[in-house]
Amino acid sequence: MFIIPFVWLIRSSLMNLSQIFTMPPEWIPAPFQWGNFHKALTVLPFDVFFKNTLIIVVTVLVGTVITSSIGAFGFSRIQWKGRDMVFAVLMTSMMLPAAVTMIPSFLGWQMMGLYDTLYPLIVPAYFGGGIFNIFLLRQFYLSIPRDFDEAAFVDGANYWKIYTRIIFPLSRSAIIVVALFSFLASWNDFMGPLIYLKSDRLFTLALGLQMFQGTYTAQWDLLMAASATVVLPCVIVFLAGQRYFLEGITLTGLKG
Amino acid sequence: MRKGMFYGLLFTAPAILGFAIFTLGPMIASLVLSLTDYNVFKEQTAFAGLDNYMRLFSGEDELFYKSLGITFYFVVLRVPAVILLSFGIALLLNLNVKGRAIFRTIIYLPSIVPAVASAMIWMWLLNPDLGLINSLLSRLHLPTSNWLYGEGSVIPSVVLTTLWGIGSTVIIFLAGLSGIPRQYYEAIEVDGGGWFRKLSHVTIPMVTPTIFFNTIMTIIGSFQVFNEAYILTQGGPNNQSLFYVFYLWRTGFRDAEMGYASALAWILFVIILFFTFIVFRTSKSWVYYEGGDRT
Repeated sequence: MFIIPFVWLIRSSLMNLSQIFTMPPEWIPAPFQWGNFHKALTVLPFDVFFKNTLIIVVTVLVGTVITSSIGAFGFSRIQWKGRDMVFAVLMTSMMLPAAVTMIPSFLGWQMMGLYDTLYPLIVPAYFGGGIFNIFLLRQFYLSIPRDFDEAAFVDGANYWKIYTRIIFPLSRSAIIVVALFSFLASWNDFMGPLIYLKSDRLFTLALGLQMFQGTYTAQWDLLMAASATVVLPCVIVFLAGQRYFLEGITLTGLKG
Repeated sequence: MRKGMFYGLLFTAPAILGFAIFTLGPMIASLVLSLTDYNVFKEQTAFAGLDNYMRLFSGEDELFYKSLGITFYFVVLRVPAVILLSFGIALLLNLNVKGRAIFRTIIYLPSIVPAVASAMIWMWLLNPDLGLINSLLSRLHLPTSNWLYGEGSVIPSVVLTTLWGIGSTVIIFLAGLSGIPRQYYEAIEVDGGGWFRKLSHVTIPMVTPTIFFNTIMTIIGSFQVFNEAYILTQGGPNNQSLFYVFYLWRTGFRDAEMGYASALAWILFVIILFFTFIVFRTSKSWVYYEGGDRT
């Protein structure tokens, strides 16, 4: 039940139109229409969409990992007055529907002259990297024994050294989970690009695919080939990191 | 402790600034906007007081009530379906069978598929004339459906497509299940209790915190459904899938009535808060925390 839609997608992306619509349905393409992929990816500038998506995904990933991990460090390994209260306030933003901040955020970016640029999709990642990621990493950091810091302090280290030399390296698996989440979220993001981008040359794959659907509604073979191309990198990244993925959510997602 | 305040604030500054800039600021701005008649195409913007809210509740805007009703219907249909199905799957995946990791991966995989791509797949599977599902149904001599194109069937169809992506809910249930101590089951085995007794006396009480968490998250997510509305149906047919956030987006970004759309957003916020609060209040009577009540 969960796998059939994938199989259907792949088999359809490799068939020609008449074979796709054969009744009863056939499952194995004969012959394989590898040309579909070439056709689908060249009728619209998918190379440009891909490049834009890559720029967003990479810069967002870097920002998310850096700022969420230093934030989590500040909320777990340093004692300061009001810390837990500030963290609780930040946590409330997880309950807030995106719709509430959508319009003022849009107007703000527009006033700064940055509508129809990639900045609105990238810059927020450098401000905290998402409270959920901070929460995830904070849980992980809290489980690291305090003695490590104390020993380092005795040796004359400061907080920055403790973060970069001890905590960050020790939390590799949690960091990988955050990186995976960040990759998937920005690769899959549809509403953000829909709101902030107007020019085709800035479109992401998600927007491009939607545009493709509007233009080539009847060309199911090409539509399926284009969809498969957008899905595939996600699946590969997930399979590559799934060991951390499942572990990371299981271990740090809910305990607390 | 060693200049804790200074370093604490330094490390958390990006997150605190981000909250102020991208959450708190826009929240206040949105509340203020909702009290104006701001429209991108109009020259002037005037303070409108509660006019937007009056217009919404007076019944003048039929689509407001319509989209609200549709969204409620979707939530009522989807939340129990997601919770029951993902709990059932999690129970199966928690059994000690061979290839468990592979099954877990397969279940999780759909939830990482981009919304546009999964919409594309489902639009086709559910296509009334050419889709796999109708062709299978007709070969089995079962009644077919117009799915996304039928006024009565569109919302259940959207629920169906979203059930494909329940992987993350299943994983959270699995995490809850794996935290149940073995001794409890052994105690029941000693008493001669069977599968059902284990489920009703140990498993379900022990995972109530997880059920609680998943229910809240699913309610919050279901109220905010947008991608499916935009990509699968564009609100159709005949506005029968005019989801609330889709209507909000259309009002704000297509019709450029941003003041009015901000009022819509705040009403959604209040509704979500209300339901979250209700679930929280009732949770005291059914959520079991080991070692006493945590609140």
